[in-house]
Amino acid sequence: MTIRFVLNGNAVQIEAPADRRVVDLLREDLGLTGTKEGCGGGECGACTILIDGESRLSCLMLAAQLEGRAVTTIEGMTRDGVLHPVQEAFVRCGAVQCGFCTPGMILSASALLKQRPDAGRLEIRAGLSGNLCRCTGYAKIVDAVEEAAAELRGKKPE
Amino acid sequence: MKSDIPEIGRSVPRADAAAKVTGAERYAADYYGEDLLWAAVKRAEVPHGRIRSVETAEAKALPGVVDVLTAADVPGTNRQGIVHKDQPVLCGDKVRHCGDAVALVIAEDRETLRRALSLVRADIEPLPGVFGVDAALAPGAALVHEENPGNVLLKAVIRKGEAAENLTASDVVVEETFEVPVVSHAFLETENGIAWQESDGRIVLVVSTQAPFRDRWEVGSALGIPMDRMRIIAPYLGGAFGGKDGATVQCFLALAARRAGGRPVKMWWDRRESLLAGYKRHAARMVYRLGAKSDGTLQALHCRLYYDTGAYAHLGGEVLALGMEHAGGPYRIPHTLIEGWCVYTNSPVAGAMRGFGVIQVSFAFERMMDILAERLRRDPLELRLQNALRRGDRNCAGVTLTTSTGIASCLETVRRHPLWRDRDAWTAAAAPFKRRGVGVAAVFNAMGYGRGLPDSAIAKVELTEQGGIRVYCGVTDMGQGNATAFFQIAGQILCQESGAIELVQPDTDRTLPSGSASASRTTYTYGNALIRACEELRRRLIGRAALVLLADTTDDLELLPGRVKHLRTGREVPLPGLAAMMSAEDRVCISQFIMPVARDGLDTGREFVIGFPHLLFSYAAHLAYVEADELTGAVEVKQYLAATDGGRVLNPQAYEQQIQGAVAQGIGYALCEEVQLREGRILTPDFATYVIPTAMDVPEIASLAVETCEDSGPYGMKGVGEVGINGPLPAVANALAGACGVRMTSAPITAERLLAAMRTAHSARKGGSS
Repeated sequence: MTIRFVLNGNAVQIEAPADRRVVDLLREDLGLTGTKEGCGGGECGACTILIDGESRLSCLMLAAQLEGRAVTTIEGMTRDGVLHPVQEAFVRCGAVQCGFCTPGMILSASALLKQRPDAGRLEIRAGLSGNLCRCTGYAKIVDAVEEAAAELRGKKPE
Repeated sequence: MKSDIPEIGRSVPRADAAAKVTGAERYAADYYGEDLLWAAVKRAEVPHGRIRSVETAEAKALPGVVDVLTAADVPGTNRQGIVHKDQPVLCGDKVRHCGDAVALVIAEDRETLRRALSLVRADIEPLPGVFGVDAALAPGAALVHEENPGNVLLKAVIRKGEAAENLTASDVVVEETFEVPVVSHAFLETENGIAWQESDGRIVLVVSTQAPFRDRWEVGSALGIPMDRMRIIAPYLGGAFGGKDGATVQCFLALAARRAGGRPVKMWWDRRESLLAGYKRHAARMVYRLGAKSDGTLQALHCRLYYDTGAYAHLGGEVLALGMEHAGGPYRIPHTLIEGWCVYTNSPVAGAMRGFGVIQVSFAFERMMDILAERLRRDPLELRLQNALRRGDRNCAGVTLTTSTGIASCLETVRRHPLWRDRDAWTAAAAPFKRRGVGVAAVFNAMGYGRGLPDSAIAKVELTEQGGIRVYCGVTDMGQGNATAFFQIAGQILCQESGAIELVQPDTDRTLPSGSASASRTTYTYGNALIRACEELRRRLIGRAALVLLADTTDDLELLPGRVKHLRTGREVPLPGLAAMMSAEDRVCISQFIMPVARDGLDTGREFVIGFPHLLFSYAAHLAYVEADELTGAVEVKQYLAATDGGRVLNPQAYEQQIQGAVAQGIGYALCEEVQLREGRILTPDFATYVIPTAMDVPEIASLAVETCEDSGPYGMKGVGEVGINGPLPAVANALAGACGVRMTSAPITAERLLAAMRTAHSARKGGSS
């Protein structure tokens, strides 16, 4: 079937079987390999993307569900080469180790901060508890999201 | 980000972070290629059995199937393995665990692949299996490998002094038996790779691997492919922790590539396959007797260690060797008798995993120290300090400690910390139905391969034609950050800014053999080699600049960002100009480093082929604040402190990453992780059942660096990749002994286990008082 949606700000139209997994559509058909797959069963969060600004697991979504939606992948977080404050904070705070959970973690974090700009450390932990990380012990990820939250709050008035 | 010199000692942001946060970094999993084929294997799903036949005709006939291979199609020895080559690539006569491969299917797409796999019919006659070390060692047990009577891969002894006599003569003797389960690495990027055959017949593999150079040799010997007919490229890994040390998909991919007519073939295990067929950490049983004088001085240790290596050797013997070498803890014990058995069973293959054999015994020896402290009514931290190894001592394996030995400093650092001083107030403030306890653990971990093989790295650094610096990393970065350390070493010595330094990840065609990413060795060994290579390049650039700047001595010349400057006159030559003058050969410096080894002439541990003993160790003292729920048994680690001797710190942020990450994995080992097996079949096939810690399960982790100076290390450092994982289980178990009066002897300490132990302890107390 033909599926039309907005991907990282650009309108796209693609032919795909209605039941193609979104993670495969993104990675294989559209070449956006920043979206990772870690379990294929909705348990690890590595394949997190944003659908109309809310975090969703692309391994559990089918292509037809994208029709008419706005999709953001990790590739869409950077605008004109400028990192999103959450990405910036991940680099600065040392929240990246192997980095395989990182795209999903960053998208979940940015969705969380949009909903709860004042999230404290415990809320951040709860908000990211659907994204597994095996390298960091989460400490620096929480640091990064906390710093990004402060920066995003500071920017609000603009 | 502004470009500056990534110097040693600073929290330089990781060199790989920017590409990873934007999704631009390409892991092996992100390679697809034109005209891609997919490959997968048919698994035995039977723990032990004789193969009657493997029917492939139906699968082969399915449109879209390129080929189906069985053991008969495997050239070479059809045996993979690192030390012992006992693991078939495709099984022909027998299967020894459920994850054994019996056929390899290559197809046009994944849907066809799935259907073809279901059409491969493996007729396997079940054989009686052996599950667990008792069954494996029982007289008359079925044999996992017919050529290996008794199912013993390795039986070894480490002996120092006279343990038996001195146990008898000890004022106090404490005894206990401990058990730890099989666990999974659970890296997020599961085993995968892609391979193709070039027009000249050469095979190229891009694979998620910790040991690209060794892979070439392992794959080559299994499939009869000369090493120079294979190229292995190892991008950054999405985690590994030991589980990608040794062939996973490599042999299958090389086989498939030879049938694919030049098309790329991709294999990517899903999570279930990773849990089924991927390597695991050894389950172990550890029987301990520890004797001391009444003043707390340790006298003698006898222990018997049984490690279950599963169906194949992998590095089982070497894992046991490390467990035995560390069995006495970081303590001075004059008399030790350490016996070990590594046994084959029909369980998943156990191999390398962070804390390689050491994490198991750390639980045992650190519980023993607390049991002894309780018996002697001594402060557990003081008892540890009293017996802590110091430089010049002989450790429990008999090695003289001639290098940095910071365990006492680690313990003193914990003793000075507010978390230790305030522990009684914290435990007393437990809410109703909550019990609180504070536990300590002192741990250590050897660095490097140990005796019997060279722990070597060959660094290569180049002044590029454009005047930049390119470091050719011969050892992979699986996430631990060694590549950033290399980046810093180049920046420090060559005085160049971040933007001018490029890292090439391992590629057997472009970089040089530098061993595996394992054994806490990468930064130490490759770093030492790189220091020498960079120093040579620096001398060379200054020497060549002298020709351009007509300097009569190099003393007046300085290598600065982007240029060499003649300080007396201010004249400069930019690096691109210098590069243009130099030949390609002249712009490259190569240097090899081999880690020093222990020199003691030990008359023990002779059964170990390689990997015993070690010279260099990192040390740590850990402290855990633990709270248990009386009603549910649920355990929470509320706060955690790790004081670590990893020598000098090259990058404080990267150092903390390693400690915090290791502690979190250790907390998983302590509280929730277990690959549950029933007769060799996995009952925990996914992340819903194999539970690893989330952000809600890991506390704030404070990391303090106890900076000894390791003279042999690059800038005084030692590896810290592993030591941090050894502490959490014993620290948590020790805390629970204080909190709940229970002696936990099995991990993980799940709510069910703790509740049962609390009930037993409660009824024992009631029984005792009536």
